[in-house]
Amino acid sequence: MRGAVGAGAGAGVTGRVTIVGYGMAGARLAEEIRRLDPAGDPVELTVVGAEPDRAYNRVLLSDVLTGALSAASVRLHDDRWPAASRVDLRLDVRVTGIDRDLRTVALSDGTSVDYDALVLATGALPWLPPVDGLAGDDGCPAPGVYTFRSLRDCATIRARIRPGAPVAVLGGGLLGLEVARGVAARGGRVTVVHPGDTLMERQLDATAGRVLASALERCGVEFRLGVPAARYLPGDGLKLADGTMVAADLVIVSAGVRPDVTLAAAAALVIDGGVRVDDCLRTSDPRIHAIGDCAYHSGAVSGQVAPAWDQARTLASLLTGTAPAARYHGTPVVTRLKARDIDVTVVGDGRADGPRADVVRVEDATGGRYAKLVVRDGRVAGAVLVGLPDAAATITQLYDQAAPVPADRLAVLLGRALPADAGGASIGALPGEALICRCNSVAKGRLVSAWRSGASDVPALAEATRAGTGCGGCRAALGDLVDWLAAAG
Amino acid sequence: MTATAQPVDTHCPYCALQCGMSLHGSTVRPREFPANRGGLCQKGWTAGELLAPERRLTVPLVRVDGELRPASWATALDLVAARIADIQAAHGRDAVAVFGGGGLTNEKSYLLGKFARVALGTSQVDYNGRFCMSSAAAAGLAAFGMDRGMPFPVTDLDDADVILLAGTNPAETMPPLMSHFTRARLIVVDPRRTATAERAALHLRPAPGTDLALALGMLHAVVADGHLRSDYVTDRTTGFAEAWRIAAAWWPERAERVTGVAAADQRAAVAMLASAGRAYLLTGRGSEQHATGVDMVGGWINLALALGLPGRRGCGYGCVTGQGNGQGGREHGQKADQLPGYRRIDDPAARRHVAGVWGVEPDSLPGPGRSAYELLDALGRPGGPRSLLVFGSNPVVSAPNAGRVTDRLSDMDLLMVADVVLSETAARADVVFPVTQWAEESGTMTNLEGRILLRRPAVVPPGEVRSDLDVLQGLAVRLGQPAHRFPTDPEAVFTELARASRGGMADYSGISYRRLRAGHALHWPVPAADHPGTPRPFLDAFAHPDGRARFAPVDHTGPAEPPDDEFPLRATTGRVLAQYQSGAQTRRIAELTAVAGAVFVEVHPDTAQRAGVTDGDQALVTSRRGTVRARVRCVPSMRTDVVFLPFHFPGDQRANLLTNPALDPTSRMPEFKVCAVRLEPVPVPA
Repeated sequence: MRGAVGAGAGAGVTGRVTIVGYGMAGARLAEEIRRLDPAGDPVELTVVGAEPDRAYNRVLLSDVLTGALSAASVRLHDDRWPAASRVDLRLDVRVTGIDRDLRTVALSDGTSVDYDALVLATGALPWLPPVDGLAGDDGCPAPGVYTFRSLRDCATIRARIRPGAPVAVLGGGLLGLEVARGVAARGGRVTVVHPGDTLMERQLDATAGRVLASALERCGVEFRLGVPAARYLPGDGLKLADGTMVAADLVIVSAGVRPDVTLAAAAALVIDGGVRVDDCLRTSDPRIHAIGDCAYHSGAVSGQVAPAWDQARTLASLLTGTAPAARYHGTPVVTRLKARDIDVTVVGDGRADGPRADVVRVEDATGGRYAKLVVRDGRVAGAVLVGLPDAAATITQLYDQAAPVPADRLAVLLGRALPADAGGASIGALPGEALICRCNSVAKGRLVSAWRSGASDVPALAEATRAGTGCGGCRAALGDLVDWLAAAG
Repeated sequence: MTATAQPVDTHCPYCALQCGMSLHGSTVRPREFPANRGGLCQKGWTAGELLAPERRLTVPLVRVDGELRPASWATALDLVAARIADIQAAHGRDAVAVFGGGGLTNEKSYLLGKFARVALGTSQVDYNGRFCMSSAAAAGLAAFGMDRGMPFPVTDLDDADVILLAGTNPAETMPPLMSHFTRARLIVVDPRRTATAERAALHLRPAPGTDLALALGMLHAVVADGHLRSDYVTDRTTGFAEAWRIAAAWWPERAERVTGVAAADQRAAVAMLASAGRAYLLTGRGSEQHATGVDMVGGWINLALALGLPGRRGCGYGCVTGQGNGQGGREHGQKADQLPGYRRIDDPAARRHVAGVWGVEPDSLPGPGRSAYELLDALGRPGGPRSLLVFGSNPVVSAPNAGRVTDRLSDMDLLMVADVVLSETAARADVVFPVTQWAEESGTMTNLEGRILLRRPAVVPPGEVRSDLDVLQGLAVRLGQPAHRFPTDPEAVFTELARASRGGMADYSGISYRRLRAGHALHWPVPAADHPGTPRPFLDAFAHPDGRARFAPVDHTGPAEPPDDEFPLRATTGRVLAQYQSGAQTRRIAELTAVAGAVFVEVHPDTAQRAGVTDGDQALVTSRRGTVRARVRCVPSMRTDVVFLPFHFPGDQRANLLTNPALDPTSRMPEFKVCAVRLEPVPVPA
């Protein structure tokens, strides 16, 4: 028998599932398992979390930074959750090793937990670029240098931002820009230092990057692009490769993350840009799975929550045996900058043009708007949209559904199809069949006939045709019609 | 039809707005009344034509040799009573089922429920309001402890600054309601650019079936953008923390990806509502007719609660009830789980009280029965009813998965229909009774704001027409009941209803025909004869024992039938201005059919082109359950993944041949508003 647990991994398994990591992926997997198996039969669930607190929603950290949300309000679970969900939750404990033969993990408190299926959801660690002085001898950030990954980082940075005080953000990627916008919103004087010429260069082309930079500059964010930081000088700031200085009381590093594969590597699992998993989210050991930022699957982009949640859903179906045929084939990539008043959406690969690609581009630098839509075989292959929220919403849905792109591509980029009668045609210009009173299905032609038969004002038209006797919304139009007819003689 | 000497003040026979009109013979004139302020739509103006004898049933009909033929009342009643007795003797009391309607007066719905429980002793009674109001009712009960559709007079909306309309299109379905929206800026939530959406300051256009994701995204924005009314949430509600825990995971950008509504628009809508001094949130069938309809409405109520709207003067949440007596019809016992006064049939105290009024033993009352679709689906099947008595409903057209329901209706020992016209359901019946309609009888209706209205007879019914109350008494007596237990005088029935409702949630005990004739504006509850009524029940406290409203811990799951390669489009169904519900009445009025006489399918021009059809063509719309033949109407404002069909039309034009009978676990509401379909040209005959 292919067991309920172990994702088709082998015979005779029972239901002990141990999740290493209580972040967004691990917490979601636990929820999904309990959604499918609320009674704890067949799955007995243990979750091991290294941080002392309950899991929180990392996506909302930039809102916590600005103060829009409290730290408490981004917690994923309350104190009752472990008992109510039949989860053996071990907090403030690290897994120190995996014994694949005995199928047990050793914990830092000296205990151990057996498993039939082990799930690695260890996430990712912030990466410190090789800038002199940025890290101490222990590899940890030097005093005055902070990463932005955890709720604790967030609280630390919040406590240190003073209105008008200079802050440097190292890294002009998605997260760095969200942080910079948040710091600016709290009154910090923020400069983004980015070695590339283009912001978010993994997602944006040069024009989009410029439009985005202008929009952020209007929010008070300054930029030093195309020049890497060379040295961190505590108390002064960052010295850049071209010799200039960026003053900073504190430096926030947001230069990307690296999958946390320490445990997996120690257990000799195959590592390849992350813990390598197949479509069953299995690592090279079929009893060990990996999801979220620590995992590498060819269809997923790391650092985003959508793939982690999709993976959690698939794996929960497999581990509970509710859908043994479930497979993870990847998650369509949509990147969305979450920054107040700045709308950036990148769908698929917005930089790719290539053969057979049909590209529509709209640029309005003054208006802070830029759109590029890449269509291949009638479908959205990619798009970059800055300052066009409507178009972004529509194109994202077309992309997610792999739906055909409407023929009028410019209308798609402009967001809303304009109704044919937009522009407020005058009553005289309307055709005879144009409906004036919807409530009573009265067209202009009938009103004109009634007027010619002597119904020369609005009450008389109403009596003759019932126009204006429903919701009354057309009475102004009836007045206009009477005036127009009178003027036309 | 014989007219009274003077025009009679009455109310329109159709929707829950119950517009005031006066009637002289069959001539309709609008009348000043707060709900409609002298306005009438085309349906109201032409309602008098329903009274013409040639458009309505005038004699009982009995099927002989496969054909419906005129019969006497006595013959028809004898026949039905004898068949009921035989069927119940052979198969038990639950073998006979009753199906009511939300257009019936309070008196008829009350006596119908009593007839089912006392004369038939069957638990199998439900009504078409299950297809309309059940999700809003369940969500309202859960949130506020009371389901009083709009818990404020409709005229309160006149002073609103902002109104959010979720899944309701009053510009077509109850046009005079729009006259209360002239001051307010409207936020309209609808997948289509409806006539109502055209009037909106902001139109949010979610994919069908994703309303809850939108409500969650907006709740998130309320909190993250600093609009949460913390004082109100603390003082007047419970359950916010659990609801927030779910909404926290629906940041607007994530909701955007699911709904297609831009995060910026979600925030703008929330800011409009939060900055308005007087704001309202109203829901309609668009958000309710889903297999997760109760949760969807709960999501909107959560949003209203977070903004501090319900129970504050000048603000509020309400549902826009649809059918003429959609409010009263859900209060007095024609619902499977309910006794009069909005009591629960499984509540021992409620059973004792009602049994006392009825003069029967509490234990003799049956328990809860099947909900509407489950009841129709069980007809003629093992363990299911073998007979159905239908009053004021046309499920052949209005039920979901209508093809299946029609099969079930054909597979029975007895189908009896009491109706005004020979509806598609009546046409399949074994026995049909011609019954009185609005202007031919007395009776009360409870409109969308919970106000009880008295309709008075304006004409004498033609031919052999009698009241539904006569049908019930005629059958009850033949089934061995004393005649006095089933009065035929509406006022006598109302007096008994008032007693039965005493102490219930919908307490009518202080209402009498005398007070209504005197023109008292009475909104329930009215617990005493000198009580002024309760136009705004939640100003001081909500109806839960602790006085607090409840946030609902609801999450988005999505439509029961997502699109796939075979059925790539989402169909949504709805209404047009010139038709009402199954069209049984309005399709008989030439002026209305001239405007809207046949089904059509609204589709984006690109979607039509890809399907190989063009504007004006006949096309086939097919779901897993059936196929509709409809005329293509290309509408550039449609989403490219959505088609829309109105459901008012019969035969192979029935939109409900397509709809999905997946049911809400709480309300048992079917998923009328979204199912997966494909669009194709009509094959050319070989």
